[in-house]
Amino acid sequence: MTEFFFNLTWLIPLFPLAAFALIVLWTNRNRLLSTWVAWIGIGLAWILGWTLFFLSGREVHSLTPPGGGHPVPLFSIPTGTTLLRLGFQVDTLTGLMLFMVPFVCLMIFIYSKGYMNYGREDVDPRYSRFFAYISLFACGMLGLVVSDNFVTLLIFWEVMGLCSYLLIGFWFDKSYKDPKRITPKQAGLKAFLTTRIGDALMLAGMLLLYSQTGTLTFREIFREETLHTLATSYAWGQVPWATLCAILIFGGAVGKSAQFPLHVWLPDAMEGPTPVSALIHAATMVSAGVYLVARTFPLFVAVEGGTQLAVVAFIGAFTAFLASTIAVAQNDIKRVLAYSTISQLGYMIAALGLGAYVAAVFHLITHAFFKALLFLGSGSVIHGVEHGHHHAPLHPSPSEGEGHGSEGEFDANDMMNMGGLLRRMPTTGWTFIIGALALTGIFPWAGFWSKDEILADAWRVFTHGGEFGVSMGWGFFVWLLLTAAALLTAFYTGRQIFLTFAGRPRTEAAAHAPESVPSMTWPLVILAAFATVLGLFGTPWANQFYALIGHQAEVMGREIAHGEFNPTVAGISTLVALSGWLIAWLIYGRKPLLVPVDPLEKALGPLYRWLKNKWYVDELYMALVIRPAIALARACYTFDDKIVIDPIVDAVGRFGRWLSEWLKKAVDNPVVDGAVNGVGQVTAWLGEFMRATQTGQVQNYLLVAAVTVLLLLAMFLIRTWGTWSVWLAFLTG
Amino acid sequence: MQVPLSWYLIVAAALFCIGLYGVLSRRNAIAILMGVELMLNAVNVNLLAFWRHGEVARGTLAGQVFAIIVITVAAAEAAVGLALVIAVYRARRTVDVEEVDRMKL
Repeated sequence: MTEFFFNLTWLIPLFPLAAFALIVLWTNRNRLLSTWVAWIGIGLAWILGWTLFFLSGREVHSLTPPGGGHPVPLFSIPTGTTLLRLGFQVDTLTGLMLFMVPFVCLMIFIYSKGYMNYGREDVDPRYSRFFAYISLFACGMLGLVVSDNFVTLLIFWEVMGLCSYLLIGFWFDKSYKDPKRITPKQAGLKAFLTTRIGDALMLAGMLLLYSQTGTLTFREIFREETLHTLATSYAWGQVPWATLCAILIFGGAVGKSAQFPLHVWLPDAMEGPTPVSALIHAATMVSAGVYLVARTFPLFVAVEGGTQLAVVAFIGAFTAFLASTIAVAQNDIKRVLAYSTISQLGYMIAALGLGAYVAAVFHLITHAFFKALLFLGSGSVIHGVEHGHHHAPLHPSPSEGEGHGSEGEFDANDMMNMGGLLRRMPTTGWTFIIGALALTGIFPWAGFWSKDEILADAWRVFTHGGEFGVSMGWGFFVWLLLTAAALLTAFYTGRQIFLTFAGRPRTEAAAHAPESVPSMTWPLVILAAFATVLGLFGTPWANQFYALIGHQAEVMGREIAHGEFNPTVAGISTLVALSGWLIAWLIYGRKPLLVPVDPLEKALGPLYRWLKNKWYVDELYMALVIRPAIALARACYTFDDKIVIDPIVDAVGRFGRWLSEWLKKAVDNPVVDGAVNGVGQVTAWLGEFMRATQTGQVQNYLLVAAVTVLLLLAMFLIRTWGTWSVWLAFLTG
Repeated sequence: MQVPLSWYLIVAAALFCIGLYGVLSRRNAIAILMGVELMLNAVNVNLLAFWRHGEVARGTLAGQVFAIIVITVAAAEAAVGLALVIAVYRARRTVDVEEVDRMKL
């Protein structure tokens, strides 16, 4: 029976794919039907996903080696000497992802119906297309987690990249009055191109792996002898192949999971519809990068103390810190969450860099739930404020005119335009607060347990040394940066809560914001329940996650340590989180803002501007990469167009014209034209001549016939001269 | 006494020529039809004369049957011809064949 279900693995990505095809080909004119098709597609995937999750949890110990549980081969591609075997598989790591991905997707699908204004006047004109895209996206994510090799993984990875592009640019016709503000179309392009850099690195890593091992299937690469060969043969100098490939593959994760230096696309991805931000840019797609590192973890730890782990740990910790500082100075409610996502993904990446495999995956799962909750909550808030804006009376609000956005353009995302929404939108508000508590790691919400496990692991590396030759210094570095990030996380989350929900409304729109429809609030409630209880499955005393996936990292004869409860670390992080909330309360909560001016702006001065402009990373890229690229393209264009291509094309054109002129004079006019005209003229002359005989008088024709008969008779008589007298004799006779 | 064959043939030839003359010279379509009838009857006379005087068909009814078929065809032809004349008259208000020359370009 178990085997039966595992053999159905291939159906999981197929359900949403079928939904996508159905909507695109047949049902797109019917909005309700499209909604249901998408819901049923993801719903079936969810049921099967959870079945497989529970089944894989039951037989943890038979699912070895890493990446080798329950293969479902699909087909093989002959590559000359070997066969490239492609297929799906379910092991416990995949099982955990199947627990999280389809369920969160389902919640978001349900939420989308309300968010895209189904059944209202302002329903999105591309409503059905939206459900088609998110179905295809779900297919990409589900296919990615069940892949048992790099090839299908890359295919589904790119499917998600495509969907990300399509969905970020979903409102591609939107434009803003402020020319500096990025439009959805540009944001989609930016996301696509930025992640492409990482994808190129990842592809290079894959190809190198293939050239070294001759296979791209996980369970074959992660064999001990294969890993050993990779770790002991050198690409050049002292760099083993394992290190090189691991770093290149990590490049893909950096792009997809929006880690520094490729993090710039994620905040701009908030231009897409909010369910997309929740689905792609918080819960699922960005965790694909973390999942990739977790999946290929044996490769990362193949070399004892290699630079690859240091790179991963540094990037993760630095990103976590960088993004949390930027989030402090953002006013867009979704951008704050976007930076928070980058920061939390940094936590996971840093944990993986320290070898804290279980903690990273644990945080990945809990984060998906509470970040989806926060994003959907923010979407609900934006939706409410937008509708409030439409329903508000037209006279300007008593406090500060209409909005804080640029020149009279109302920005429903701007937290400065909100305030006091807890009373207007209680369900959204309270679930949002639960998500915020989980995010900031307050006991006993999910974030406390998962984040604390990462910090405890970092501290243990610092005090006892890591398992995979990770040096103690890295442990301290990571712990310090992550703790600082935790403080900032609590601060910006508190700031967000107080600015959005506390105090009094700062605009008419906020004062008239209605609570969202039940199809939007129910997913919030369910996700809030998960965000509350999920951490209890990963407490240091009874860590189900360790039991499930601990063995996945046990390669080359090494076990990973059991995360133990460290009261010092837990105490420090709780203290840090609480002080973050306290600072936020002191600034924004004690005296709620009445005017849309952030007190931090004055207090921090240039530092605030530095953070507000995101450390000027975008400007740096603009100057270092984009402008030179454009200049180079322009130079190439000038060279091609003015010096090489244009003259050649012109010369060919001129020669062609001269040749045809000549042909026309020498051949066409005298020969062809002459023949054609001649035939016509002869026919016309002949017709003119013969016309005279056709009088139309029937008696003329008859006369001609009679004369002809007489003539023929005369001819007959002349021919038979000498015999006709005999006839005459006979007649008379 | 028996009337010799040549007499019949002379009468028939005369009748045929009168009919042909009528067809070629009359302008009235009905007169032309009458000419045609004369020509057909000239043929009938010939058929019966040859039947009576020839060797081949003596003792059979071939000549008479032939003549009756020709008379039948002539009646049908007269009916169709008169119908055509009436149709032309209705359309053009004339039965003068010289005016009915629309078929030419």
